[in-house]
Amino acid sequence: MATHLDDPRIIEFDVRTDEMLVNMGPQHPSTHGVLRLVLRTDGEVVSECVPHIGYLHRCAEKIGENLTPRQWIPYTDRMDYLAGMNMNLGWALTVEKLMKYQLPEKAKHLRVIISELNRIASHLVGMGAYGLDLGTFSPFLYAFREREKILDLFELACGARLTYSYLTVGGATHDLPSGWLKKCEEFLDQLLPVIVECHTLLTTNAIFVKRTAGLGILTPEMAIDYGCTGPVLRGSGVDHDLRRDGEDRYTDMYDGYAFEVIVERDGHYPRDHQYPAVPNSAILGDCWHRFYVRMLEVMQAIDLVRQGIDRYSTAKGDFGTPVKLTEKLPKGEAYLETEAPRGQMGFYIVSDGGTIPRRVRARSSCFCNLSVTHELCRGCLIADVPAIVGSLDVVMGEIDR
Amino acid sequence: MSGQTFLASLQKRFGDAITGGNFEAIDPWIEVSPEGLVDVCTYLRDEASLRFNLLNCITVVDYFEPDPKKAAKAGFDPHLELVYHLWSIPNKTSLVVKVMLPRWKDDVPGELPEVATVSGIWSTADWHEREVFDLSGVRFLGHPNPRRILCPEDWVGHPLRKDYEMPLDYHGIRAR
Repeated sequence: MATHLDDPRIIEFDVRTDEMLVNMGPQHPSTHGVLRLVLRTDGEVVSECVPHIGYLHRCAEKIGENLTPRQWIPYTDRMDYLAGMNMNLGWALTVEKLMKYQLPEKAKHLRVIISELNRIASHLVGMGAYGLDLGTFSPFLYAFREREKILDLFELACGARLTYSYLTVGGATHDLPSGWLKKCEEFLDQLLPVIVECHTLLTTNAIFVKRTAGLGILTPEMAIDYGCTGPVLRGSGVDHDLRRDGEDRYTDMYDGYAFEVIVERDGHYPRDHQYPAVPNSAILGDCWHRFYVRMLEVMQAIDLVRQGIDRYSTAKGDFGTPVKLTEKLPKGEAYLETEAPRGQMGFYIVSDGGTIPRRVRARSSCFCNLSVTHELCRGCLIADVPAIVGSLDVVMGEIDR
Repeated sequence: MSGQTFLASLQKRFGDAITGGNFEAIDPWIEVSPEGLVDVCTYLRDEASLRFNLLNCITVVDYFEPDPKKAAKAGFDPHLELVYHLWSIPNKTSLVVKVMLPRWKDDVPGELPEVATVSGIWSTADWHEREVFDLSGVRFLGHPNPRRILCPEDWVGHPLRKDYEMPLDYHGIRAR
């Protein structure tokens, strides 16, 4: 199906088609949230695709300008609701940067464990739902079954299953319960075969490859130009991951951890020998590559959680001391980006010296990733639009302000 | 290159277009005049030693205090601050570019301040500037599609301004 027609007129030999406006959405199955796509179609060919956003609009930034930073933590959960921990982490780090707060060693390892576990959960949903968009059902169920187990772990740690508010300014709200690490390790042990099975069901599946490889090609230059980040950027072959390249405050957390940025180098991915290799029909920057980067990042996150558990159980110090709910902020401003599952999540805080910040800003990865859809969808078929939008793995809650 | 020499070299190149800077702040920033913004940004992106090829974020900070008592103590003149967060993927460095704008063009309330678009330099600025226009009310001259992005087309006002008042109703729906 994944054909790109340079000249749409060639299909118009005997069937006369007219230009038509087609609405996809506001609620489309390939997105987590409400997105409306207005397609200008000629027969089956999409000549223009305009995304319309803003159907949620929950005034998150405005609320942030009326609450103290710690009170705003629960609102960050509701942005990217599939990776609430990573959102908490981004905001907490930004406020700590403004306050020049130094975390104890143990708190850093705790944050690595929790945020990488959430990355696995988020990518599992992204991967499973993407398979569902393209017509495979089993990987979706398997992925959600595994995600449930991660949610069980989170429920043990903080009591919530979706909106955690667990990582907070100055560490975490409380320490991990006893026996949690053992449960986590047991979970990781049984996760590996499931991922391998998903590779067999999706990555090497002939239909899946036909529907994703060579489709929606995003060149590295275009990806950077449009500010795409995360798996979308790395799927285009740009070697950039904030866990390695980011600011000290964030990379400190991963100091001493062994991991490799998942990006194609000379036609090969790290760990290619363990998992299916790149099919011949795939072109760097297409939907298949974006999907594959996510799959490999799950494997990488498993490694990181294991390393985190080792370090956490031997580290000295405390899990952090949360700052007061109404702690006074120093005058100034700070911006920090973290590598959330969907890309770089940036938070910006401007303070006048009071307890409530003057300006709170969330720069979300999905916002930039989605802005490239009109380039990717030009000239594709209607059936390919869900494949392209699904490969960007957008969560609409994050786009909302 | 240290902060001061970098600032001096920029000032030598662009003269009055660079109106200030602070390299002691948590995030070092330079201040650019609205007229010089496009030239400076093109230079920041293309210069081989800088290569700020990723525009992370455009923010508007509204320095305004609706309460006159607090405004007297606030210690700033009312203005808008347009903040561009840049990142260089090859050099792994960041830079903040600030542009100071009046809250209203020519001090006429309701007239939005104007600044040139940078969407020709970074395509990602297209959506970011639409968002800034929608929520904070800054007009971008030369923008390819200067429409609201998050609020409905016929929405009145710019919600992230400090003096914004929520409308009482919208198409017969009670809003407040």
